[in-house]
Amino acid sequence: MKLRSALAALLAVMGALLVALVTRRADAARTLVVWHAYRDAEERALDKVLADFRAAHPDAVVESLAIPFDAYASKLEAAIPHGHGPDVFIDAHERLGDYRARGLVAPIDPALVDRAAFDASALEAVSLDGKPYALPLALKCLALYLRAPTWPEGKSPASLDELLNGPGVRLAYEASGAYTHAPLLHAFGGRILDDKGRYAFADGPAVDSLTWVAAAVSRGAIPEEASGALVTQMFSSGSPSGADAAISGPWLAADLPKGIAYRVVPIPPVRAGGPKPRPFLTVEGAMIAPKPRDAALAGEMLKFLVATPSALVRAREGRQVVASRDAWTDPSVANDPLLRGFAEAARDAMPMPTSAAMRAAWEPTSRAIQKVLRGDVAPRAAMDEAAHRYADVTRPLPRPADPRFPLLLLGLVGLFAAFRAVRAARDPVFRAEARASLPAYAYVTHAVIIVTLLVAVPLVIGAATSFFAGRAGSLSYVGLANYVEILTARGGPIFASGSFYAVLAVTILWTVCNVTLHLALGVALALLLARPALRLRGVYRVLLIVPWAVPSYVSALAWKGMFHRQLGAVNAILKAIGVEPVAWFSKFATAFAANVATNVWLGFPFMMVVTLGALAAIPREVLEAAEVDGATRWQRFWRVTFPLLRPTLAPSVVLGAVWTFNMFNVVFLVSGGEPDGRTEILVSEAYRWAFTRQAQYGYASAYAVLIFLLLVVTTRLIRAQKEAA
Amino acid sequence: MAKASKNQTMDETGGRRSLLGEALVHLALVVATAAALYPVLWVMSLAFSSSQAPSARVLPWPEAPSLDQFRAVVGTHDAAGRWLFGRQLFNSLSVSIATAVVGVGIATPAAYALARFRFLGKERGVWLLMATQMFPGVATLVPLYLILQGLHLLDSRAGLVLVYATTSVPFCVMQLRSSFEAIPVDLEEAAMVDGASRFQAFRMVALPAARPAIAVTALFAFMGAWNEFILAATLMSRAESFTLPVALQRYVGEHGAAWGHFAAGALIVSIPVMAIFYLAQRHIVSGLTSGGVKG
Repeated sequence: MKLRSALAALLAVMGALLVALVTRRADAARTLVVWHAYRDAEERALDKVLADFRAAHPDAVVESLAIPFDAYASKLEAAIPHGHGPDVFIDAHERLGDYRARGLVAPIDPALVDRAAFDASALEAVSLDGKPYALPLALKCLALYLRAPTWPEGKSPASLDELLNGPGVRLAYEASGAYTHAPLLHAFGGRILDDKGRYAFADGPAVDSLTWVAAAVSRGAIPEEASGALVTQMFSSGSPSGADAAISGPWLAADLPKGIAYRVVPIPPVRAGGPKPRPFLTVEGAMIAPKPRDAALAGEMLKFLVATPSALVRAREGRQVVASRDAWTDPSVANDPLLRGFAEAARDAMPMPTSAAMRAAWEPTSRAIQKVLRGDVAPRAAMDEAAHRYADVTRPLPRPADPRFPLLLLGLVGLFAAFRAVRAARDPVFRAEARASLPAYAYVTHAVIIVTLLVAVPLVIGAATSFFAGRAGSLSYVGLANYVEILTARGGPIFASGSFYAVLAVTILWTVCNVTLHLALGVALALLLARPALRLRGVYRVLLIVPWAVPSYVSALAWKGMFHRQLGAVNAILKAIGVEPVAWFSKFATAFAANVATNVWLGFPFMMVVTLGALAAIPREVLEAAEVDGATRWQRFWRVTFPLLRPTLAPSVVLGAVWTFNMFNVVFLVSGGEPDGRTEILVSEAYRWAFTRQAQYGYASAYAVLIFLLLVVTTRLIRAQKEAA
Repeated sequence: MAKASKNQTMDETGGRRSLLGEALVHLALVVATAAALYPVLWVMSLAFSSSQAPSARVLPWPEAPSLDQFRAVVGTHDAAGRWLFGRQLFNSLSVSIATAVVGVGIATPAAYALARFRFLGKERGVWLLMATQMFPGVATLVPLYLILQGLHLLDSRAGLVLVYATTSVPFCVMQLRSSFEAIPVDLEEAAMVDGASRFQAFRMVALPAARPAIAVTALFAFMGAWNEFILAATLMSRAESFTLPVALQRYVGEHGAAWGHFAAGALIVSIPVMAIFYLAQRHIVSGLTSGGVKG
C-alpha cells in the first residue's frame, strides 16, 4: 500500500523508456545522414541536390540536418565519436586539422578524387599532408560590393583611399573582426600567423593597418561597431542614409533585397598601385566521418555533390562560387557577375591555415582590433595584450600527475565510510531510527534514485573532470593543476582582465546589483498594487507579470537588439529626447548596465508576486495600529511592514541570488562579455573555456567546482548567521 | 508631514484620498507597465514587419505590416516534405507537459515525506537537493549526454523528458514541501484517527488541500521545459526531434540574423505561457507564497 506511489512513479518511468524504445526508428538497410550549416538560398540549393540524389538512389534513406553555424563544430565533436553524427558533413577546410586531431574526419578514398575536376589550389586547401580529407564544394572570401548608380559598370575605385575619400559613410564594413581585418593586414605586409604557424599579429604592419582603419572609422567613412546585419542594412539602403560600397562575402548577396543593381570586384589596394589586399580563402568541402553507416553510399554522395549537374544547381540557386571546373564552362555560371567577381577575388586570396593555432588566434586578435577602434589603447599595447591572451589560450597542458595518491586517498575514504556504516548498523539506536524511517523512505526512494542517476551522477562526473586536462578522448590526470592555474591567474597579474578574481568581482557586483534592484522594484510595485481600492489593479498586475512569462532567451535577444548601436530602440529613444546615442557594448559601465537592465526586467515580477503574497498575509490591524500611533508612511514601511515581510522574502532572495550568480543566458546573449570580456561572469567564463577556447573541459569544470564551492560556503555562512541571530 | 493628515489616514482604509496621490500612483504604475511591455511590443513590431532587419524606431509599430514572417516560420517543411514546424510544436508541447507531470509526480510524495516525517538522512538530503541547484549546468552537459547515450535515449522525446523532469525535481520538492507544511496537520491526523492509513491521509486529505500549489509547481516545471534550449540543442540531432526553442535559435546566428523570423517564432513560443499566466495568476500568487520558497 505504502509503496504504491513509488511503484506508480517507477511504472511511469518504465513506460517512458518503453515508448522511447518502441518509437526508435528501425535503421533501414542503406541510410545516410548529411549535416550542413547552410541557410536560405544555399540550403534550398543543397536540398534540391539531395532530392536529386534520392531520386537516383530510391533504396537509400537520406536525412539532412541544418545546424546553426555557431553550434556546428561543437555539435560535430559531441556526436561523431558516439556514432550519433552525420556520415557526410559540409564544413570549411580550415577546421580539418582540428577535426583530424579529434578523429572526426577520415581521409577520402583516392578512387573518389578526380584531381582534374577541381582547381589545384582548392584541392590543396582540403588536403592534409598531401591526402585530401574533403572534396571541395565552394570557395568563400571577401570582396568589394559596388552599387550601380554611383559605381556603374566599368568604373571601379583604384584604391580604398579613393573609395573612402568623400563625405558620409563610404564603405559598409565590419571593421572590428579579425577575419574582415585580415585583407588590410595582408596589404600592409602583416600576418596573423607567420610561416611557422606562430602568432604574428604584433609588429609594424599591424600597427599601420589598425591606424589606417581607426582613422577611417573616426572620420566616419566606415561605420562604428558594424555587425553583419548593419552591413546588409547599409548596403541595401545605399547612400545617402547607407553606403554604396561594402566589403563582405557571398552571404551578403543572399540577404540583399531584390532589385538592387550591384557588382562584385576584388578588394582594391589601399593606395593606388600598392599591394593587393589578400582576403582569407575558405574552401567549403564535403567530408566523411570515420565510421559512416554505409561507406559506399557516403562515397557516392560525395561524388554526386561535386558532379557538374549538382555544382550548377549550387551555383545558380545557391549562388555558390563552386570549385568544380566543369561548371565554369557553362555560360550561366561564367557570365554571372556575382560569381565571376568572387571567383576573381578568390584567385588572389590566401588559403586560411588549418592549424589549431589559427582557431586560437581569432578571439585575441578581434579583441585587440576592437580595443584600438574604440580608442581605449594604442595599437601596440593592444597587440601585446593579444599576444599574451593567445599564449594564455594555447599554453601547454599541465604535466600529468601521479594518480596513485588520489586513488589511495579515495580508497581510504571508502574504507572509513564502510567502517562507519558497519558500526552504525550495529548500533541499536541507529537501527531503531532506521526502522522508524522506513515509512518515509517509501515516499522518497524513487525520487532519490532518479535524482541520483540524472542529477547527482553527472554532477560528480563533471566535478571529477576538473582533475583532468586535454581534450575529450585524450584526457590525462593532472591533479590540482587546473585549480592552481585558475587561482594563480595563470601566472599573470592577479586582477588582470579575465583572471578568476576580476571575473569574481564582476560576478559579485552583478549579483548584488540585480538582487537589490529586483527587491526594490518588486517590493515597491507590490506596495502600490496592494493599495486598497486601487482601480485597474488586475490589469496592472497581469501586464507587469508579462516579462516573467516570456522565455528568458527571447527577452535577452530582444534586449540585445534594443541596445544595438545603430538599429536599437534605446538609442532611438535617446535621440528623440536629444541625448547622444550610446555605444552600449563598448564600455564596461554601459555594457554592464545593459546586462543588469535586461536581468532586472526579467526578474522583478517574481519578487513582486512573492511580495504581494506576503503582504496579503500581514494583518491590516497592525498597520492601522501604527497609523493611530502617528507613524508616517515611511516609518510604517520600515518599522512595521518590512520587518514582517522579511521572513517570507528571505528564502526567495537567497534563491534569487543563487540563480543570478549563475545567470548564463543574459550575460552570454546580451553583452556576450563585451567589451573585451570584462562583463563576463564566472559561469559564462566557464562556458567559454568549455566550448570556444579549444574545448578545455577540465579547465571549465574547475571553474564550475569553484562556483559551486563559493555558493555553498556563502549560503552556509548566511544560514549560520541566521541561526546565531 | 510628520502628522498624519486626515486624507492620509483615510488612505489605508480605502475612503477618500488625495487626487494627486492617486494620480502619482497610477503614473508610477503606467511607467512600470510601459517598461515591462516595451520589449515585448518591440518583438511584436518586428514579427509583423515585412523586413528582416530591425530599424531604429521609438514607437514599436510594424513597418509595412504583413504576416509574411509568421507564414515563413509556421510553414517550414523539411526536404522530405514533412511539416517541421508542426512536429517541433508537438515535440515542445508533449515534452513540456510530460515534464510537468513526471516532475511533479516524482516530487510530490518526496515533498510530503519531507514535510511530515522525521527520518534518517532528511537534513542531509534537503541540503544536497539545494546544493544541486548551485552547480553550473555547463559542467554536467557532457556527462548527461553520455548517460543518455548509454540508455539509448539520445534524440528521443522520452530522454528529454527524463532529463527535464529530474532537473526540475529539486525545485519542485522545495516548493511543494513548504506548501505541505502550510497545511494544518490536524486534518490528516483526524483522518488517521478515523482509520485511514498514512498513505490514504496523504492521498485523500493532503493532496487535495495542496492542489493549487501543485498546479503552480507543475506550471513552473512546464515553463522550464518549454523555454530550455541548451540541453535540447545538445541532446537532439535531428530536425524533426528539435523543440521550438532550438528551431528558433537557428534564426539568429552570428552570421546573418533573420530577426523577423525569430520575432515571429518568439511570439508563437511565448503566447501559450502568457495565456497560462493570465489564467492562473491568482493561483501563482497564492501558490508561491503558501509558506514561501524554503531555503
